[in-house]
Formats: sequence, C-alpha cells, structure tokens
Amino acid sequence: MTEEDKLLEEVTSAEYKYGFVTDIESDTIKNGLNEDVIRLISSKKNEPEWLLEWRLEGLKKFQQLVEPEWANVHYKKPDLQSISYYSAPKAKKTLNSLDEVDPELLKTFEKLGISLDEQKMLTGVAVDIIVDSVSVATSFKEKLGELGIIFCSISEAIQEHPELVRKYLGTVVPQSDNYYAALNSAVFTDGSFCYIPKGTRCPMELSTYFRINQAGTGQFERTLLIADKGSYVSYLEGCTAPSRDENQLHAAVVELIAMDEAEIKYSTVQNWYPGNKEGVGGVFNFVTKRGICHESAKISWTQVETGSAVTWKYPSCILKGDNSIGEFFSVAVTNNFQQADTGTKMIHIGKNTKSTIISKGIAAGESNSSYRGLVKIMKGAENARNFSQCDSLLMGDKSGSHTFPYIEVKNKTARIEHEATTSKIGEDQLFYCNQRGISTDAAIGLIVNGYCKDVLNQLPMEFAVEAQKLLSLSLEGSVG
Amino acid sequence: MLKIKDLRVEIEGKEIIKGLSLEINKGEVHAIMGPNGAGKSTLSAVIAGRDEYEVTGGSIEFEGKDIMDMAPEDRAHAGVFLSFQYPVEIPGVSVTNFIKTALNESRKARDLDPMPAKDMLKLMREKQALLEMDKQFMSRSLNEGFSGGEKKRNEIFQMAMLDPKLAILDETDSGLDIDALRIVANGVNKLKNEDNAVMIITHYQRLLDHIIPDFVHVLYDGKIVKSGDKNLAIELEEKGYDWIKKEIEA
Repeated sequence: MTEEDKLLEEVTSAEYKYGFVTDIESDTIKNGLNEDVIRLISSKKNEPEWLLEWRLEGLKKFQQLVEPEWANVHYKKPDLQSISYYSAPKAKKTLNSLDEVDPELLKTFEKLGISLDEQKMLTGVAVDIIVDSVSVATSFKEKLGELGIIFCSISEAIQEHPELVRKYLGTVVPQSDNYYAALNSAVFTDGSFCYIPKGTRCPMELSTYFRINQAGTGQFERTLLIADKGSYVSYLEGCTAPSRDENQLHAAVVELIAMDEAEIKYSTVQNWYPGNKEGVGGVFNFVTKRGICHESAKISWTQVETGSAVTWKYPSCILKGDNSIGEFFSVAVTNNFQQADTGTKMIHIGKNTKSTIISKGIAAGESNSSYRGLVKIMKGAENARNFSQCDSLLMGDKSGSHTFPYIEVKNKTARIEHEATTSKIGEDQLFYCNQRGISTDAAIGLIVNGYCKDVLNQLPMEFAVEAQKLLSLSLEGSVG
Repeated sequence: MLKIKDLRVEIEGKEIIKGLSLEINKGEVHAIMGPNGAGKSTLSAVIAGRDEYEVTGGSIEFEGKDIMDMAPEDRAHAGVFLSFQYPVEIPGVSVTNFIKTALNESRKARDLDPMPAKDMLKLMREKQALLEMDKQFMSRSLNEGFSGGEKKRNEIFQMAMLDPKLAILDETDSGLDIDALRIVANGVNKLKNEDNAVMIITHYQRLLDHIIPDFVHVLYDGKIVKSGDKNLAIELEEKGYDWIKKEIEA
C-alpha cells in the first residue's frame, strides 16, 4: 500500500470516527425513497408548495426511468433504497490546531501547495481561522451585494429569491432528463445559487469554496447559475484538496443559463476519493451538467477530473441563440481501477453557432477512460461550426482508453472537424528526462502537464497551478 | 574521471559491446569513431544508464565510483550528460520549463533550493547567446517541429545550462548544416575546461575539425581496435573503415 492509499484510508476511517450526530429526527426517517420522504425533506426545509410539487414530479419521473447502462463503466449499482435522504447536517469534530490533523494529510496538502489557512478550513480546525473565513466570506458577500449579484446556497435562494428559482429551476435539466437527474430533482438538499444582473461583470471568481464551512459537499447537489443579459461570471467548483465523503453515490445537477450576450466560465476540479489501489470503495459521480446559451452568449466548461471511482459526466451546451458559443475543455485522469466515461454534448440550434471540444484523457494502472461526445446540428442551425479534439494518453499496458464521438448533422452548411489521437508516454521520453536529472515521477508530471496544457490554460491562474500539482500527484508511481 | 573496464553489453541476447575498455581524464576530449553498428550509440546509452541494455560484464566507474547500479537521473546529478542523437519531443513543455525543471532537480539532489527566477533567466540568456538561439525558441515545445540543427543546438544549450563533468555527444554533427555545425562546435569549445571532459561519438572527421580531440578511438564490432591522436581521424576519413577491417582480419 502506498502512502497515498494509507492516507486515504486513514482519512476515510477517521471521518467515521468523528461520526454522525445521532439526531432523533434523522432517526425517525427510515432509509428509502418514497413520497413521504420527499414531503418530509420539503417540510423540514420549509419549502413553498410549488417546490414540493416539483420534487414529487421528479420522483414520479424517477420511478418511470431505469438506470442507464450505456456508459462504458462497470460497477455494482448502488441500492437507492438503503440511503437515508434526509439527515441533519453532519457535525464534524472540530480540532484545536493543525497538530491534531493526520500528518500524512498535511503532507498531501503541502504537495498541492494549499495554504495554511485553507488547510485549517479543510481539516476543520476551529480557531480564529474559521472566524476569519466567515469574515472573508461576509465582506465578499457585501461586495457582491452592492452589484446586485446573488451568491448563496440553493436552500437560501429558495427562501430569499423564490421567484428566480421558480423561473429557472429545471429549465435546462428537466426532472425527466435522466435517471440521476430525476433522483436529484426529488431529493436535492444542497447546492449553490448564483444570479448575475444585466450588464454586470462579476469582479471575482465565484467559488463554492467560500461556502465550505456553511455547507459541505452534498450527496445530491443542485446548482443553478443565471447570467442575465450582457453579464459575465467565472465560477469555480470543487478544490484540489482530496475530498472524502462517506456517501458513495453523488448525483449532482448543474444548470447554467446564459442570457443574450452573457458569458459563463465554469471550472471544475474534482478530486473525490477514487477508491483504494485494489479498486475497493470510492465515490460514484453521476452528474448532469448543462447550460443554455441565448443569443450571442457563451458558455465554457473546463474540468479537471482526477477523483471518483466511477465518473459519468457530460457537461453540455445548448446553443439556442444565434451566434452563441459553447466550449468544453477537459482533462480526465484515471489510475488504479478508476473508470471515467465523460465528454460533452453540443446542441447547435441557432444560426452561426460555434462549439469547441478539447478532451484529454489519461489512463494509468488498470483504469479505463472513455470520451463520449455528441455534436448535433439541428435543421435551422445555418453555418454551425464545431471543432473537436480528443486525445488519449495511456500509461502502462493495463489501462484502456476509448473514444465514442457521435455526430448528427441536419444542416448542410455545417462544418465539423474531429481530430483524435492516442499516445503512450514513451520509454524514450522518460529516459530523456531521466538523463537530464529528472526523476520518473517528475517526468510524468511534466509530460502530462504539457499534454494537458491547452486545457489547463483555460483555468484561472491559481486554480491552474494547483491543478498541475494535482495531476502530477495523481499519477505518482504509476510507471516503473 | 570515466573508467570503463572490459565492458560487455547485450540487447535481447545479442552481444553488442564485447569487452571494451576506455579511460577518460578531466580536461580531455575523446572521439569515438567507427562504422554503423559498431556499438557507438550503445556505449553512450549504457554510460547514461538506459536500462534496456543488459550489462553482462565489466565495470564503469565515474569519479572513482561504480555507477552500474545508479539510476540515470542519479548519474545525471553526478555530472554525466548525454547529447542525444535523436532528441525526443515533449509536446506542451517549453524549452524553458524543461530546462528549469532539469536544473532544479539537479539542485535538489545537491540539497540546494531552486534557482531564483532572476538568476535562472540571466543564465538562460547567457547560454542562449552562446548557442545563437533567439528568444522565441525558448517558449516552443521541446523539440516539437524543430529542425535537425535546432534540436542539436538545444541539446548543447541544455549541456551549457547543466554544466556537466562529462559530456557525451552522440552524433551531434548528424543533420547539421555548416553554420549550425560551427555554432554547436563553438558552444562546446567554450564550455570545455580543465575540469570537464568530452566524449564525441561520430562517423565523420568534420566535427573534429572544430573540436580538436586529444584522443581518437576506433570502435569496431564492440571493441576499441585502434587508438591514436587527431591524425587517426584524418587517416580514417581518407582511407575509410575498410582499412581498419582489413588490419584486424589480417
């Protein structure tokens, strides 16, 4: 067992040690999914009637759907009746100082270059830092408030801005969209809400990170982001620090709405527990992410995926408005027994719509990485253009890489380009680096980061630096 | 500095080097010449520590230390540099980023902190000028789309940056036009001093017109069959390798 795995194991079991707060209320909710549970969730959260109806609609759709099996992943289906869909927020034991934190975990943080303050936040050290972070978040919120930007948890938005939530929730990903989206619609309890008013350029990167103490990562997160006409926002999700969760199944939904001439940049770094080296445990990440672009709007998805045991994720763009632009930049790294089936959908509806897809898959160990992407040009989409590039990098001789591009064109004026490559990190490259004094692990980091440069360049600067380190770390010891 | 004794090397069961001995002292320039397939490139790869070759006998000492069990990066840290005959491409990694990583890894091995950016930049500019490389060159992906001459110049640039004790130039002259040859040779000559050594592997005399060797060895069928001074190279150029072959077979 490598140190990394030991660390992962220790931390996961450590979380259990800190334990759940036994809550009488949560004890009264039996595991399982049914109408009563939904009603209970909704009433506990003091939700308006329309939302309850909406959730129940989701449940109904969910019950009509079957779990999809078309993805190139193999896993034991989670038993959805054995999950408790409502429990009071889990209280983590708070620590007095970083000295109480597992030194191995701190070592990982150090390798990733995570600042001391952030380390404390992540490990739940309850000192002035938390106070600090609250005050940071508060002043941050004040500044946004002046501009009319709303950035809060989805639960808060439901209470404070019900008209906005009602207007947009489910408009991009309807309850009936797919099995996991339907489940999410019925039971979501966590997530973020963001609204950028007309003509406003959000002056800072919005990060869920700022809410880390208010709401941990939920099992069924729901994110709704609306950029009104002519506005701009860059949104960061996740963080590079290894995050662990006792919940095996994660089924999030993210909806983006870019009104006319608005631009949304959505960046994700996902580093959930991938299971141990033997492929035991790890998070199932079944996410539905989709955005709609109105006239001359632009949505860019950038993702760096290194975690989870199974990933099933296709951030997509509906290019509804004329002259709208969709982009997808992705790095997916799998190691050991991880499996990823990820890609995008670009639906061209408007005229002169453009989409770009750059996907870099890296598979090491006995893992499997698949790119699955759909480019669809509808009948009315005159002069639509798409460029797709799907590269795969294989390490060792037990990993697998697959590309499943789907192209549907209903308009003759479309121009579509698709490029794909598969390569291996060559012995020659490694020896060349070694000869220059660069160790094999460092060489892999260097080569992989070079390979992913086009995608990493899309990330905001600080995030990019962390992501680079994360890539190197994820593949440490994977060759030789 | 380098002491090779009775070295025997196999690849996939086939013996390539068949009892080779060679000693290089500091301040010396040695040229290894020989026909195709004589084992020249194998010799350089084995000194650098490439593991696809199996060493079946003999020893290699560097600075009085047996390096046979050392990893290639450790040999590099000890001061062995190999200028590759075919430098590999690493897409997306700039010349600057690569050499910075290499230099700082070597410093780390010596318990030194990474070189401050300012010093690094200064050093790079200086060596860039030595190899007559332009600025844009530094931000290009390593060896990707480089011409033959650019690749070799980049190798010598890295050598200049890393300042090795022993530089092995494996057919550095192949693929070079006259100007590039002059620039590369000039670079090597400027880097040369009393404390380091150079081993030049080549087919031809022409590089040796620019970098004057103290010793010339003829490698033939896995062994050094003849050694001499720079005149031996000239003689080879005139008479060809058949002359050596005949001498051996006689």
